[in-house]
Amino acid sequence: MLGQTLREVSAALKQGQITPTELCQKCLSLIKKTKFLNAYITVSEEVALKQAEESEKRYKNGQSLGDLDGIPIAVKDNFSTSGIETTCASNMLKGYVPPYNATVVQKLLDQGALLMGKTNLDEFAMGSGSTDGVFGPVKNPWSYSKQYREKRKQNPHSESGDSDWLITGGSSGGSAAAVSAFTCYAALGSDTGGSTRNPAAHCGLVGFKPSYGLISRHGLIPLVNSMDVPGILTRYVDDAAIVLGVLAGHDPKDSTTVPINKPLVLSSLEDVSKLCIGIPKEYLVPELSSEIQSLWSRAADLFESEGAKVIEVSLPHTSYSIVCYHVLCTSEVASNMARFDGLQYGHRCDIDVSTEAMYAATRREGFNDVVRGRILSGNFFLLKENYENYFVKAQKVRRLIANDFVNAFNSGVDVLLTPTTLSEAVPYLEFIKEDNRTRSAQDDIFTQAVNMAGLPAVNIPIALSNQGLPIGLQFIGRAFCDQQLLTVAKWFEKQVQFPVIQLQELVDNCSAILENEKLASVSLKQ
Amino acid sequence: MAAPMLRWGCRGRRWALACVDGGSCHRRGAPTGSTSNRIRGQSSVAQQPLHTAQKPRKGEHKWAAVVGLEIHAQISSNSKLFSGSQVRFSAPPNSLVSFFDASLPGTLPVLNRRCVEAAVMTGLALNCHINKKSLFDRKHYFYADLPAGYQITQHRLPIAVNGSLTYGISAGKECGQVIPKMVRVKQIQLEQDSGKSLHDDLRSQTLIDLNRAEGQLRVDANISVHHPGEPLGVRTEVKNLNSIRFLAKAIDYEIQRQISELENGGEILNETRSFHEKLGCTVSMRDKEAKQDYRFMPEPNLPPLLLYDATSLPTGADPQQVINIDQIRETLPELPSVTRERLVQQYGMLPEHSFTLLNEVGLLEFFQNVMKETRAEPKKVTSWVLNIFLGYLKQENLAVSESPVTPSALAELLDLLDSRTISSSAAKQVFEELWKREGKTPGQIVSEKQLELMQDRGALEQFCYSVMKDHPQVVMDVKKGNPRAINKLIGLVRKATLNRADPAVIKEILEKQLSS
Repeated sequence: MLGQTLREVSAALKQGQITPTELCQKCLSLIKKTKFLNAYITVSEEVALKQAEESEKRYKNGQSLGDLDGIPIAVKDNFSTSGIETTCASNMLKGYVPPYNATVVQKLLDQGALLMGKTNLDEFAMGSGSTDGVFGPVKNPWSYSKQYREKRKQNPHSESGDSDWLITGGSSGGSAAAVSAFTCYAALGSDTGGSTRNPAAHCGLVGFKPSYGLISRHGLIPLVNSMDVPGILTRYVDDAAIVLGVLAGHDPKDSTTVPINKPLVLSSLEDVSKLCIGIPKEYLVPELSSEIQSLWSRAADLFESEGAKVIEVSLPHTSYSIVCYHVLCTSEVASNMARFDGLQYGHRCDIDVSTEAMYAATRREGFNDVVRGRILSGNFFLLKENYENYFVKAQKVRRLIANDFVNAFNSGVDVLLTPTTLSEAVPYLEFIKEDNRTRSAQDDIFTQAVNMAGLPAVNIPIALSNQGLPIGLQFIGRAFCDQQLLTVAKWFEKQVQFPVIQLQELVDNCSAILENEKLASVSLKQ
Repeated sequence: MAAPMLRWGCRGRRWALACVDGGSCHRRGAPTGSTSNRIRGQSSVAQQPLHTAQKPRKGEHKWAAVVGLEIHAQISSNSKLFSGSQVRFSAPPNSLVSFFDASLPGTLPVLNRRCVEAAVMTGLALNCHINKKSLFDRKHYFYADLPAGYQITQHRLPIAVNGSLTYGISAGKECGQVIPKMVRVKQIQLEQDSGKSLHDDLRSQTLIDLNRAEGQLRVDANISVHHPGEPLGVRTEVKNLNSIRFLAKAIDYEIQRQISELENGGEILNETRSFHEKLGCTVSMRDKEAKQDYRFMPEPNLPPLLLYDATSLPTGADPQQVINIDQIRETLPELPSVTRERLVQQYGMLPEHSFTLLNEVGLLEFFQNVMKETRAEPKKVTSWVLNIFLGYLKQENLAVSESPVTPSALAELLDLLDSRTISSSAAKQVFEELWKREGKTPGQIVSEKQLELMQDRGALEQFCYSVMKDHPQVVMDVKKGNPRAINKLIGLVRKATLNRADPAVIKEILEKQLSS
């Protein structure tokens, strides 16, 4: 049941094969069993059970609200949830309980979805590992999969025990782990430079970043307002499309959203012969793992063999994306973080000699080094004497990067096909050898430019690596052609038949390591 | 968030300098209070740019002052500039605060259509160029009453630019002449207001009110002095002036202070000053804000504000979704300068009278209503409205709307005067009765008090005859050629008739009787 698609489980709910409460309890029990993954910051058990109870009444009366009624979902802890603590994995917001729901959260609840909890992330979504939050790192469920464990056994050099667990990627790693470990059917992430697609790639999920302006940001605690988009993490493309259908559309509370003309319906693509797939040559970088490179190439071949036109395209300003993003991101961060002064909400230090001293100490105690570093850089770029040389220049480069995509699409390309990440997920101990800034710069390389241009993009898991870990590829679509993008992604998903994660191993391996965590066996559809 | 604010920058040097070549440098007279223009209570721009030192000696350089005003005027709207929460004067602290106003994380600004329309209308009224595309920016500084750590404003590309306002100042020997002047308006921008800090020194606490609907008008004045023909001087900024009177005082003080400072070998610092209302002087604020770098940045949550006119309006556009400048222009009421011009043309009114009529809220409407109902000459009506009516109002500190005398009553009274039914002094008496709010019409008062002028010529002749008979000495004086003596006789006859006789008629009868 837990491994089914949204439509399948929705049908099961309608037919009474399972009740929303039973489904909710299954997920809650799995959340408890997988607590060591650290996917959730807050588990909203009571809320979820109450919602399940109401959903059950609706089903009994034959008044289901739709495909999402009674479906367990999770939300990244940087979306405002009314009455439920929202921390951004920061000391600054520990204990902050918002009085309102983000529009996307409200829309999901209005459809009868069950909110299982708030998922872990890098502090204020600044990171690419989900390792830099105040609640500790998120562990990748694939670390405990049968597929990965078996490969490890074959390798005589590999260490035994739990010390080699893998990162999820980030910053929406908690949401990715939550979906990957079957604790919910869909989760909201956020995507500013790849924060939804990157963990989706590492956790073998569909990670969808919609067009900027298609989904409301109201209630999403911002990282970079001009690039942030709520992201959707699911196991199947169809599931992502259902969630998108619920969330998309103009929100009077977000002036950057646009109205949509017709409801989003995903059809099955039978024939790809009219399709033109673009392969950006600048995305072939030396750091790209050979395995991913060959899978990328095989995917292109697959399209070609099915009759699609596959052409090489150039996005010449790609290499400036990282440095440009650094300037724009830190500048907006400096601005957005200014409101966290300890006066009205969140953390406040004990120092009260002066308002200024209180601000300084509050912010020193409340933010981690990564956040403080970005605030410092951003304020530097915004200084009067630097503004033209940094911020304005970066904006011009951003325009060039966006125009690269426009030119590629104008040349007849429907969808671009690229890698999502340089490699598969790495062990935590490996990952933390580099600092957050270096990691973010490396890991966002294929995903970030899309945010600069506001385009829709989706990670689709394609296959397991030699180590038994998921590898994903990214499809990038034209602005507001999200439906076309997902249609192509769905066709591709069907072709590659990505294997389901086998988490039985998780139970066996982890119960030995985590002495206090008694894990009952998890039975999953395979 | 915040009470929506319109900010006018008449910044600095450009407009005020226009007058520098304008001839005689003279010392300032009275404060600008009586001559400054109030535009529907929203703002004022009035400042004479030329000044000399207190005691100009022969051969000494003259000084020229340059003044630029930044005027913060609250927009009259029901809700705030960027949130749906209400705007209401003197509401309890923090009772009108939305999540956005409190800068809760994740909240976004939504622009208030009414405020945009008001800004466009103001721009049109001030002869500005309306920018069809304008942008919003964030201005950063840390302050307890600025919960987001930044203020949303229009720094780079404001909604309206390059305007002008003409106004008049009284001049000449008896200030009877109105000289037209013009100030240039650099820009009009929509800006979020900050909150209000209330300092409780007793408990050493600061309390914050985020309602932000107080202070309908606030002006920052930038002032510098220099010798004509030489580069402009260093400017100071006097912040938070909240009345026209204090604005004028602060500018006067600051100009004199700068001149004295420079003449005594000192220098002017580019600093922020505040005006001490009791002492009547400006003092340095010595705050760190003076040299703050506001780290301006585009506001990413608000798309560019696009306005349309009849030619650029997209076909089939939803009128609720677009703002049409031409449509707003059509709804623009007659502007004060046009009204004044019309009054002068239509009624042969003196320009200074047209200013007075417009400067008092409701007075013009009162005047026009009287005009509609009376046969009296416009000059008579103007004189009565500005001298007697306004005088009574001022004496009791009443607004026009609180007047006990209605336009109809005054019109009736002026008709009685016009038809010579009553004398001018009787009319004043009637007006005094009307002011008592006893619900009587002028006609009733006149008949009750028997104030009608005597129409019976025979009776009047009898009165004249009696007076002449009783005052032979005065009659002799008249006959000796004393020109004032006849007035005395007229006065005596009027007294005898209880002021009910027309002096002109009396004079005529007396002259006739004297010559016979």
